[in-house]
Amino acid sequence: MATPATVHSHAPQGFIRKYIFSLDHKVIGIQYFFLALTAVFVGMFLSLLMRIHMIWPAYSLPLVGEIKPETYLSLLTMHGTIMVFFVLTTAPQGGFGNYFLPIQIGAPDMAFPVLNMLSFWTTFVGFVVILAAFFVTGGAPLHGWTGYPPLSALTSTGPGEQLGADLWITSIAIFCVASLMGALNFITTTLDLRAKGMTMMRMPLTVWSWFITAILGLLAFGVLLSAGILLLMDRNLGTSFYVPLVVVNGVVMGHKGGSPLLWQHLFWFFGHPEVYIAILPGMGVASQILSTFSRKPIFGYRAMVYAMLSIGFFGFMVWGHHMFMSGMSPYSAFAFSLLTMCIGVPSAIKTFNWLGTMYKGRLRFHTPMLYAIGFVSLFVSGGLSGPFLAQPVLDIQLHDTYFVVGHFHLIMGVAAIFGIFAATYYWFPKMFGRMMNEPLGKIHFFITLAGTYAIFMPMHYLGMAGQTRRYSQFTEVAYQQKLLPLQTFMTYAAIITIAAQFIFVINLFWSMFKGPKASDNPWECTTLEWTTTTPPPHDNFGGVTPVVNHGPYEYGVPGAARDYVMQTDPATGTGH
Amino acid sequence: MATYTPTTPIDHIGRGHKPPAPPVGGGDDGSRGGDVPNYGARLRRARLGLICGIATVCMVFISLTSAYIVRQGLPTFDGASNSYVRDWGKTDLPWALLAINTALLLVSSLTMEFARRSAARQAALAPLKSIPGVSLGNEKSFPWLGITVLLGIGFLAGQWLAWGELHDRGFYVSTNPSSSFAFLLTIAHAIHLGGGIIALIWAASASLLQKPVEARRIVVDITAWYWHFMAVLWVYIFALLGFAR
Repeated sequence: MATPATVHSHAPQGFIRKYIFSLDHKVIGIQYFFLALTAVFVGMFLSLLMRIHMIWPAYSLPLVGEIKPETYLSLLTMHGTIMVFFVLTTAPQGGFGNYFLPIQIGAPDMAFPVLNMLSFWTTFVGFVVILAAFFVTGGAPLHGWTGYPPLSALTSTGPGEQLGADLWITSIAIFCVASLMGALNFITTTLDLRAKGMTMMRMPLTVWSWFITAILGLLAFGVLLSAGILLLMDRNLGTSFYVPLVVVNGVVMGHKGGSPLLWQHLFWFFGHPEVYIAILPGMGVASQILSTFSRKPIFGYRAMVYAMLSIGFFGFMVWGHHMFMSGMSPYSAFAFSLLTMCIGVPSAIKTFNWLGTMYKGRLRFHTPMLYAIGFVSLFVSGGLSGPFLAQPVLDIQLHDTYFVVGHFHLIMGVAAIFGIFAATYYWFPKMFGRMMNEPLGKIHFFITLAGTYAIFMPMHYLGMAGQTRRYSQFTEVAYQQKLLPLQTFMTYAAIITIAAQFIFVINLFWSMFKGPKASDNPWECTTLEWTTTTPPPHDNFGGVTPVVNHGPYEYGVPGAARDYVMQTDPATGTGH
Repeated sequence: MATYTPTTPIDHIGRGHKPPAPPVGGGDDGSRGGDVPNYGARLRRARLGLICGIATVCMVFISLTSAYIVRQGLPTFDGASNSYVRDWGKTDLPWALLAINTALLLVSSLTMEFARRSAARQAALAPLKSIPGVSLGNEKSFPWLGITVLLGIGFLAGQWLAWGELHDRGFYVSTNPSSSFAFLLTIAHAIHLGGGIIALIWAASASLLQKPVEARRIVVDITAWYWHFMAVLWVYIFALLGFAR
């Protein structure tokens, strides 16, 4: 039950209350951040194993041994699940959103601090449960992150489909509950805890993105929870929601009458908003950073807000585009296709507005800016292949090929991650009181940019050539031989790119302890988090409630003393 | 710089309204103002949180309803007749028992509402205690909350009997899709109602633990609205099982 907001004006004492079961949104944000950091390294390791297996299938890896085809499927299942849930839904929203939403709106904490703490620890439990799937008899499930039945609904379909699959579903159900609690908190905080003068249209675009993401999460995760419960029932209680009359290994299963399509509809009704949950915070951060480092107001603030709202709204109407090959009516396919193309409009508006923000700006190419520009680049690269896939006719060729893999990795696995990197480099000074190393940041950026393009762009060619996703081996198949060089190239690029991530980790931890001390506003930014001390005090503003007199991106204001006007600067009488 | 001005109009707190003129001194959002928490703002905040929670539970049951309707229409191959038939089946629900349970829940909603209004009244009258010479007496208010808890537990007991009755009639979770959904929907509702009962017990204990009466009012208010939602949800499930058989 939601606890009415309590103001804990006294900072907690004791290690447990300060760092473990903290109610402070800043500590919780950092906890989410480190959970996501752990998860991303687990996910990256799994992808490295997959990449190595692709071109050296007989290679026996240390600790792991030889990767059998079914093991490959387990790797890709867990890679997808861990990355989508525990990295892309956790870091941008739970990590940075938790830390900076209250500060950016001038609040002392989230609306429900106890619920906030509970949502982090519930997420943590979910993470432990999914990791446990690796260690139980049978190992991790192999049904893909999308978990289509009947493969996922029957325990005899393969190794990992017994306890491993049950743990997978349970972990996702726990994650749903955690996300729903978090979403509730974000929405209530945004609507009810804004400081005086902080109208909705003066909120930074980061806050808008977290708010809209929370609404999406609130409405989507409940559906995934239902879907998961039905799947657990089919697996364990003998029901037939998803499983028709099937024969497995010559044995007639006891189910009948169910439909795998039911799962697909329920899953993708969640699954499509989920990918917008993954990208929207990155869009907000990109807007924030591009504006700050171009020393220009964001181009078309209102349009950016309406675009994000449209993306969120339309995001609920397009789930069928994941199911074009499921046998649906062409009329339904047409409707989903049209609606999917509609999302291209607000996305394009945002892209052009980002470019418009940079146009004739006095650009400062610090690392956060590089990542924000990289975000725009990858959003375009990854996003453009979307309308291709949105054509049902083209999807006949492209569905379940590497084209899809390239598309979603560019947009989720790179653009959204670039959003996380941008946010890290940008807000690190505020969070930890020190600056990250710029040269290391730039090296990390350029290698990652080149590396990720090298890994994922060739996938479009592979997909158009018809190379199927989720296949563990192409080396023995004669007609795939011509495509192997691309796979080899991608693997080498992956090895280099993954190695480069250690530069980031070293930079992160080194700078936390040894980096040069940061001032309160090293980037000369206008939003509220930069008005307070670095790092912020327990109640965020040191007993002073901010009063907001300006919009969030007042850079280069004619007649102003500096090239930026903080949101809390006195009103000039001409502002809006 | 931040001073709590007790005269700040309650609807200007926490809504980010523009200050009227160049601001003198700080305004605040009502949640931090010296030692006086703004219970009006906290109640509104709690209600907003509850609305979000209710939206989410609605989505769970909407998706279950969608699955229900879809599953009803799904065919399976029948070897005997060599054709596709619907295997939805039927479930012999104990309608009389369920009707009694429904009545229990609706009455509990009524008693919950009385409890909510009583708590609101007590919170509204609490400041009067500080007026010298005014006594509100020490009358114990009618135990509406306790009655609601009992009725809620009665409902759950009735549901338990209904599930037992279904078993006696040969309907289990996996008997046919109709029975699967009957159990799923009623058990899901019962779990959520159980959460509501825990909240009710917490609300009742808030008075025993002598929390401030305004804080108690918030807890009772939120629990009450959640309880009403549970009642409406039950009526919906009852109607779905009854009319969309």
